[in-house]
Amino acid sequence: MKKDEQKDKKGISRRDVLAGLASLPVLGALGYGLFLHTSERNKYKSGLLKGVKPVLPSGIPPLVEGPVLRLGVVGSGGRGMYIMKALGFVRPERIDDWEARAATDKYWRDYLDEFMAQEQLNVRVTAVCDVFGKHAAQGIAAGSNLYRNGQSGEMADAPRRFLTYQELCASPDVDAVIVATPDHLHVPVALEAARNGKHVYCEKPLSWTVEETFEARKVVRDTGIVFQLGHQGRQTESYQVAKSLIEQDVIGKISLIEVCTNRNDPNGAWVYDIDPEANENTIDWKQFIGPAPWHDFSLERFFRWRCWWDYSTGLSGDLFTHEYDALNQILGLGIPHSAMASGGIYFYKDGRTVPDVLNMAFEYPERDLTLLYSATLSSEKNRGKSIMAHDAWMELDETLTVYLDRSSTRYKDQIEQGLLEPNKPIFSYVPGQDKIDAITTPTEKYFAGRGLLYTYRDGKAVDTTHLHLREWLNCIRLNNGTKPSCDIDQAFEEAITAHMGTISYHEKRRTFWDAINERIV
Amino acid sequence: MKYSKTGLVALVVLRLATGWHFFYEGMVKVLNPDWTSKAYLLDSGGFLKNIFEWMALNSNVLQVVDFLNAWGLTLIGLSLLLGIFCRAGAFAGMLLLLFYYLSHPAFPGIEYLFPTDGSYFIINKTLVELFALFVIFAFPSAHIIGLERFWAAKNKIPE
Repeated sequence: MKKDEQKDKKGISRRDVLAGLASLPVLGALGYGLFLHTSERNKYKSGLLKGVKPVLPSGIPPLVEGPVLRLGVVGSGGRGMYIMKALGFVRPERIDDWEARAATDKYWRDYLDEFMAQEQLNVRVTAVCDVFGKHAAQGIAAGSNLYRNGQSGEMADAPRRFLTYQELCASPDVDAVIVATPDHLHVPVALEAARNGKHVYCEKPLSWTVEETFEARKVVRDTGIVFQLGHQGRQTESYQVAKSLIEQDVIGKISLIEVCTNRNDPNGAWVYDIDPEANENTIDWKQFIGPAPWHDFSLERFFRWRCWWDYSTGLSGDLFTHEYDALNQILGLGIPHSAMASGGIYFYKDGRTVPDVLNMAFEYPERDLTLLYSATLSSEKNRGKSIMAHDAWMELDETLTVYLDRSSTRYKDQIEQGLLEPNKPIFSYVPGQDKIDAITTPTEKYFAGRGLLYTYRDGKAVDTTHLHLREWLNCIRLNNGTKPSCDIDQAFEEAITAHMGTISYHEKRRTFWDAINERIV
Repeated sequence: MKYSKTGLVALVVLRLATGWHFFYEGMVKVLNPDWTSKAYLLDSGGFLKNIFEWMALNSNVLQVVDFLNAWGLTLIGLSLLLGIFCRAGAFAGMLLLLFYYLSHPAFPGIEYLFPTDGSYFIINKTLVELFALFVIFAFPSAHIIGLERFWAAKNKIPE
């Protein structure tokens, strides 16, 4: 009764105050929890980023100003048309097709928008050469479409069709040549162009034989043309970040690198469609054969040329070179001391001569490391690139993730102090981000481990082939000796390394690089 | 509303536990400048997947979503913990949890990149927490244990 009287007088009793503030201690406990969380996180983050300053890609380099460059395209099949798209040239039928799809499908809407947003490179396609009439016609149609219109839109002057690459290379209307032929014609076309003073963008691999690799290097050097090999991976942002992290010794002494190819569909295994319009009358078969051993006309060989050594460089030249060039870019590996390869035709018993399973080990004794390549065309298990070092390992694709090694010497103290967690991702880089993250939350750890590709979903990724061509065109316009990132010396190392593997596979023995005499023994 | 002693303890414990969870989740996000819901939203499933993906891919929208999410969690947590504006807090919390649920509904046949910590069929922990907030909303306790008691005392609302 007394209490009630008190309450009536003051409104708020002592009991009210106690009950009203009863939950405040809970806030104190939570505050302590947050303090622990934040200080752990900050310690962890500072422990990771201490002294490490990763170089991040600086975005799309501006286009160097200069006159319009006139391009000749030799080989306007699948890859040639892709390169033309990366240059901004697509057949008007394709534009109509994309627009029709884009009306109902967001993927195609983004695809079309991305293409339309791609900057004009100030080039014209003035010449096209392809041994298959239909391919030549599609190259001409794309080359005419300077304004990226559909079929009802305005077209620019059509490129001229040349029946032989020699005539195209001799044309005064061509400043530079794109080589997108089968492997066995890369060097003949590239050298014909170089000898005519034309700059060259050549699809990978550089060469089909060892001998022509030397000749290619000599002619490109002697003529002084601007040469770029078509490894667009040179423009992949995560490789540039990886290079800077490794140069700052974030992962420690590297002993083993594993790179892989995994595909599991006929297209990936080079069993391409055969065009119904193709026949002996529409294909210049003799020119297709070129330096290859003679074989009677074969549609299969023409469209699926990658399956035969007669025109192809197999897994080593076709797909390993992508992996090799990525690592040569990151680590400056150069030509290995030795190569050992084995494999076979284990799945695609379709008459091909190149293996569909290939394993190769390249030794770099002066670097104390082995480069391992493992490929199959009949399993899609994604293995990515792994760079294994004493303090951490790096997993690399479009994304980059660094995992701390439990037995690291460099991070021993931080692991013991609980600042760093072993066997967990500690750094991640996802393209399109402007920073490297020290990974802290469980969600980040999970997604970093899975390499969720933000930029693919974003649909904002810039085509690396476009960037690679842009770099080549910039070097041509600078005209001051600036070399593209995948110049003839890089190309030479790429080709010799791939040939060492291929020779080892053929001869069933270890091959060695005699660096003094520059020959494979 | 008259509660038994046990009933009141149960309600207050439920309110504080839920508030604790909201407040901590919110503050961790507020204190981490790099935090973003992007990956979570991109991993959405169900019939509203497209809307949540759109939020993730539109950087302006994402900024708003991230801000509202982090501060929403924090303020809702604070209201439940301190016992102030509790019914509004519980209601806002239910809305927020509904969004979480709709972005990652536990429907059969939908798989997420981010693993779940148990096995669920339609009802998952998000939904259970949502219903817990419904109880907190329906049976207020802040006017007995919580800052709302000061108003209650002033206005002489009987216990």
